[in-house]
Amino acid sequence: MSDKTMTADEVVSRLHSGMTLGIGGWGSRRKPMALLRALLRSPVTDLTIVSYGGPDVGMLAAAGRVRKLVTAFVTLDSIPLEPHYRAAREAGAFELMEIDEAMFMWGLHAAANRLPFLPVRAGIGSDVMRVNPGLRTVTSPYDDQETFVAMPALGMDAALVHVNRADRLGNGQYLGPDPYFDDLFCEAADAAYVSCERIVDTAELTKEAPPQSLLLKRHSVTGVVEAPGGAHFTSCVPDYGRDEAVQREYATTPWPEFAARYLGGGLHDRDPE
Amino acid sequence: MTATRSEYCVIACAEAWRDAGEILASPMGLIPSVGARLARLTFSPDLLLTDGEALLVRPDGTPEGWLPYRRHLTLVTGGRRHVMMGASQIDRYGNQNISCIGDWARPKRQLLGVRGAPVNTLNNPTSYWVPRHSRRVFVEKVDMVCGVGYDHADGARHHRIPRVVSDLGVFDFATPDHSMRLASVHPGVTVAQVREATGFDLVVPDEVPYTREPTERELRLIREVIDPQNARSREVDA
Repeated sequence: MSDKTMTADEVVSRLHSGMTLGIGGWGSRRKPMALLRALLRSPVTDLTIVSYGGPDVGMLAAAGRVRKLVTAFVTLDSIPLEPHYRAAREAGAFELMEIDEAMFMWGLHAAANRLPFLPVRAGIGSDVMRVNPGLRTVTSPYDDQETFVAMPALGMDAALVHVNRADRLGNGQYLGPDPYFDDLFCEAADAAYVSCERIVDTAELTKEAPPQSLLLKRHSVTGVVEAPGGAHFTSCVPDYGRDEAVQREYATTPWPEFAARYLGGGLHDRDPE
Repeated sequence: MTATRSEYCVIACAEAWRDAGEILASPMGLIPSVGARLARLTFSPDLLLTDGEALLVRPDGTPEGWLPYRRHLTLVTGGRRHVMMGASQIDRYGNQNISCIGDWARPKRQLLGVRGAPVNTLNNPTSYWVPRHSRRVFVEKVDMVCGVGYDHADGARHHRIPRVVSDLGVFDFATPDHSMRLASVHPGVTVAQVREATGFDLVVPDEVPYTREPTERELRLIREVIDPQNARSREVDA
């Protein structure tokens, strides 16, 4: 069986400008920050980002890498409003597909199931329909005749997620209380790259945690990156909580300054701009 | 014991979950959270509560169930939930905005985004909490409809907005055209004050009652058990 381990830079070498990229986690929770840092050190840009947004969106927006964003919110959780995302939106920096949290989830389900859409009650009557004129509705063919949003599949060229443990084959495990939607991101994408706190032998995965913690199955994973602290400064419980001090620093420091510090200095050398 | 303004707000929020039965109370924000826990500890003992993350917990914190986001969204659609959300703007028909201020295409102020407001309002009872009642919040027309109001809810069979609670009073939509009505003012607040702070014509009955007094036991629970640090007073001017 194939060993899928690779480095973060190898992951990024497989990504291209113009791609649609899904990012796992939720808000400022278990975001694949090590993979993002590698992405930000690369020249890859013009991205369509699909994310329950947190600092991942803020950083990509601040670095000018986003062409279009698909999201229901962007937040740092303990800091409700994401400052870099705000600035980018208020400057009209990119296109936005703003949808409800449930619409987003059913869009992932549709893609993972190779369906063009799934019916969802959320969205009807709200301005989500006004700001997304491409959204269509579908009427139940049964007696109720209820009208739903036909939420289109949110397919992606690649997904980036971070979990607590994985083996070298791509079986990924979460140990915190919430899987978020990382399995769906992997199944909805053509390629999925998983970073983890620690790579362990397959047998180790179920030694101290139950089999239902095995969130990601290897058939939907392309590459595995061992990245201890790879979700920092977002939370990755039980391995670590959010680093509130660094998050505050991120939120209050001008991006170029923070990027120089946080991305290891290489950002400006390699940035095409 | 004399109740403070923030304690009347807690009582007004708690009342949203009276007789709700065995459903999930989803309070967003501090005062609604204190209110939900008060309801759970007194008149609505069957309520389910979360730890704010992925666990269903008893009031003492003991986990009794698992509710990660994906299951939470199923519970929303199943309807056995009453959420109390915040509102950056709310209008006379209960349309709510937490997405952005100004033109959506290029907002003057980007806020959170629609979050789960569309799915909440179409599927389970949705109430609102506004800690600073003003014309900037209670507007004629919201800039972005996130939470669906009554004038946008035609045919939405599960749509219901039981109440809006602010630091000045309690509001509902018990009028023929479902426009917002002043249901009670908190003691110390005048009807004129509420009108002055509201950016649209509020329906005001001839007799406006005061928000009810907390019982001695409720005050004790709020002050000694649920919020002994008095965080509630920081959210609302006493």
